[in-house]
Amino acid sequence: MTNEIFSVDQGTVLSALFAPFSPPEWTAIVLSVKVATVSMVASLPFGVAIAYLLARKRFPGKILLNGLVHLPLVMPPVVTGWLLLLSFGRQAPLGRFFDTCCGLVFSFRWTGAALAAAVMGFPLMVRAIRLSIEAVDTKLEQAAETLGASSFMVFLTITAPLALPGVIAGMILAFARAIGEFGATITFVANIPGETQTIATALYSATQIPGAEASAARLTIVSIVIAFAALVIAEILAARVSRQAMDL
Amino acid sequence: MIAVDVRLRQGDFFLKATLTAQSKTLALYGPSGAGKTTLLNIIAGLAHPDEGRIAIDSIPFLDTSARIDLSPRQRRVGYVFQELRLFPHLKVERNLLYGRRFAPKKERSVDFDQVVDLLGIRPLLDRWPARLSGGEKQRVAIGRALLANPRLLLLDEPLAALDEARRAEILTYIEKLRDAFAIPIVFVSHRLSEVDRLAGDVAILDQGKLVEMRSAHVSHDARRF
Repeated sequence: MTNEIFSVDQGTVLSALFAPFSPPEWTAIVLSVKVATVSMVASLPFGVAIAYLLARKRFPGKILLNGLVHLPLVMPPVVTGWLLLLSFGRQAPLGRFFDTCCGLVFSFRWTGAALAAAVMGFPLMVRAIRLSIEAVDTKLEQAAETLGASSFMVFLTITAPLALPGVIAGMILAFARAIGEFGATITFVANIPGETQTIATALYSATQIPGAEASAARLTIVSIVIAFAALVIAEILAARVSRQAMDL
Repeated sequence: MIAVDVRLRQGDFFLKATLTAQSKTLALYGPSGAGKTTLLNIIAGLAHPDEGRIAIDSIPFLDTSARIDLSPRQRRVGYVFQELRLFPHLKVERNLLYGRRFAPKKERSVDFDQVVDLLGIRPLLDRWPARLSGGEKQRVAIGRALLANPRLLLLDEPLAALDEARRAEILTYIEKLRDAFAIPIVFVSHRLSEVDRLAGDVAILDQGKLVEMRSAHVSHDARRF
């Protein structure tokens, strides 16, 4: 006997692909893009700063910092989500701090989804930026210094522009990771339609409800399109940056 | 006046040099491995001696006994590196102007147009460094160092990477700027012909030691007799 609930009707799925998005689907798609964009932009300054430290500075605890940054990459995402809940929940120390200082609440809000996505994408962002900073010839930085530039100006005018392709790659990787984020998000901020339900968690819900295969299929296509578009944009931007440098 | 008195140990290599030059151009002459580039790096503040003193026109750059050690930025030397180190992401004009904005306003006496014309690089201003020939890159690097309004110009083997024709050409440019600007020049060379033509004082180095300090013209006369 076949189980009706878990069988997928291919015909329904195919015809549904051409149906317009339902309002809840739209909400999830828009929220996903918003969460991914905010997480990418907000984590960028931290990503660049930590990548620079790891690439250029020697300090005690460097291995520890590197490990900490990479932890979300190797831990089960549920663990990351749970730790976020413990530290950024409403009654948790960090959660209370941000609530009283800036009125910023993370738990069960879309901002929490952005935080979870930022933490999960952070190792990918830092890694790409760190590699590109390491690839910048320190002799050029030295030359800038002899010409009178301060460390900050050397970074701003020499290191950062030369590392730009890697910075762009890091941003796109973090964005794509944010669109795909599931485990930490659902653990930290749950799956509330209109507030924290992203494409990934909406898709999960759709697979749990009989008859929602069409919705699942449409969300699948959307996530493929977004991921692919992100990769293509990254390629184009990186190519344009390096072409500019070589004037080809 | 250029006064250098430094000691540095780097593994097996030991550098010990005490020299003062009264003239505007000082040549560091000697075989490769003599410590010429190391000495330039020490003067620029990119390498640090174990102990010693450096003063340029009585401005102390370094005095280990008085705990003075200016950063490369504070020393403001125009360093033309052997491998030139032009910024690949900036066009020639922006390479040339890079150091200018960091120089104090009242010390921006070196005129952009004068340097550009003197070095014959006006047609290159809108080009990327990757699109320049060896001799063109060399002239741009010299211009970039000069336009930072340095207290001292350091040239590391400015002619080494060039063929004979280019070499004569760049030599002429360096002579011109030596005569046109009041900036003292220290340059490294392992060719006596260059040293004779450019320098007022010559420091001869070998294996990290100062072998002899002399005036170029005297040495020239000495060889004639």
